[in-house]
Amino acid sequence: MSRILIIAEHDGQSLNFSTAKCVTCAQAIGGDIDIAVFGSGIESIAAEAASLESVARVIAVDAGHLSAPIAANWANEALAIADGYSHLLGPSTTLGKDLMPRIAALLGVNQVSDIMAVNAPTSFKRPIYAGNAIVDVEAPAGATVVATVRIASWSAAAITGNGSVEVRSASSDAVTHTRYIGLESGGGERPDLQSAQRVISGGRGVGSEENFNLIYSLADKLGAGVGASRAAVDAGYVPNDMQVGQTGKIISPDLYMAFGISGAIQHVTGIKDAGTIVAVNKDSESPIFEISDIGLVGDLFNVIPELEKLLG
Amino acid sequence: MKILVGIKRVVDYNVRVRVLSDGSGVDTDGVKMSVNPFDEIALEEALRIRDAGNAEEVIVVSAGGDECQQQLRTGLAMGADRAIQIQVSEGLQPLSTARAFLKIIEREDPGLVILGKQAIDDDNNQTAQMLSALWDRPQATSASKLELSGTSATVTREVDAGLETIEIDLPAVISVDLRLNEPRFVKLPDIMKAKRKPLDVASLEELGVAVEGNLEIGHFAPPPQREKGIMVEDAAQLVEELKNRGLI
Repeated sequence: MSRILIIAEHDGQSLNFSTAKCVTCAQAIGGDIDIAVFGSGIESIAAEAASLESVARVIAVDAGHLSAPIAANWANEALAIADGYSHLLGPSTTLGKDLMPRIAALLGVNQVSDIMAVNAPTSFKRPIYAGNAIVDVEAPAGATVVATVRIASWSAAAITGNGSVEVRSASSDAVTHTRYIGLESGGGERPDLQSAQRVISGGRGVGSEENFNLIYSLADKLGAGVGASRAAVDAGYVPNDMQVGQTGKIISPDLYMAFGISGAIQHVTGIKDAGTIVAVNKDSESPIFEISDIGLVGDLFNVIPELEKLLG
Repeated sequence: MKILVGIKRVVDYNVRVRVLSDGSGVDTDGVKMSVNPFDEIALEEALRIRDAGNAEEVIVVSAGGDECQQQLRTGLAMGADRAIQIQVSEGLQPLSTARAFLKIIEREDPGLVILGKQAIDDDNNQTAQMLSALWDRPQATSASKLELSGTSATVTREVDAGLETIEIDLPAVISVDLRLNEPRFVKLPDIMKAKRKPLDVASLEELGVAVEGNLEIGHFAPPPQREKGIMVEDAAQLVEELKNRGLI
């Protein structure tokens, strides 16, 4: 039977939702599920992790130098407790992508990136070519499976668990070659893109940073998160953490509304898991209409104010 | 200081990739091949560092069959000083690529290794991190800004929560994101010049790397298609449709 260790993601305050999604993936693999939490002053985060459905044990490694997610430090701690586990999972977020390949390399295995489905405990489906192909990959028999979980493909595990929490001290000293300076957060008070039920996005067609206020205003009316195409980020209309697509965030809201986004494959790959895709673009030939559930050919500068009026 | 830049030959990013009907792979017949876009950004950054007087030499390295020499020549035409082909008969997975690159590092002793954050074919996003771990040197992934100061570098990384800044000692491995720079276009005279620049070939055997622990790549399938949607005429119809579907 599999023994699965999930590396938790958190911001020092609370558990990131991606961890609960990794638990659902682990349930699909089947076996004992433990979670490792690395950080400083992490009791409440560990308790959150222990409350996730079917989690047996949380190993909380508490040390000052683990408070910043420096991949080399976290990988050392993961390796110190990896023995006996058949699977090591992390979320396919920028944190998991930074961390998990290090663990894989030091264990001498290739990583399975972006698990979207589990065929068998060592066989998985993952997207390649910006999601234009889905491929089956099988990890070699007997080797530890190190993988990242494509969070848009999984629902969050319920908070019905009652796992134990074991607090440990760090097994390695801090690396001295890497120093954490800080984080500049671009996002405001709006719902997190990757967990929002509704997302409103703008593209190059929005035209300017100032015009993006239209998008924000509609998003606030709908309680939605705000995203953007790469073109809008490159043009400086919005910060990088709003980018949706192959190299940005892969999201799965119930409702996705794209304004002034043409629909390049690199963007579309980030929204394919959305429940309903609405596209508003003044060019009827835009490829976004090929994948939208509801399309409207029109000028976003007219459509958005009308929508706001109709929504009251 | 030398800078090592990894580049990969991939299906051009403008090509709409199609899965072969027998599920054995994707159609690459007659398809345009290019340097992985992230790797072009990595090379551009290396060239700028050299041209600013902070490095003496930029070396482009690619693991692939002889066809990848085409992409190495593109790298030379962009301005790299020389090229190394790690000759392999079939595509390497990230662990083997990282092990082979480590052998090149041992030969060349670079102060900086810059790679794209992911290749747009397998979308793995692993090689830089693996190389950093095996080399036991710092990593800075998804870099959107890089400042060198003597024996260290300050790197801004694009992360889900915003922009993270870390300071790393050199030598180090950096993987680059899209907004680090805008790669230069190659000019015709540079293509001619590139033909005379050195391109060395080293096989995996010569490097002493055995391919092991590969993931078995099985069946390829096209992604599930979304059902054809509807078009509405105006905002009022859109709101009505969203209400009917219980979305607002």
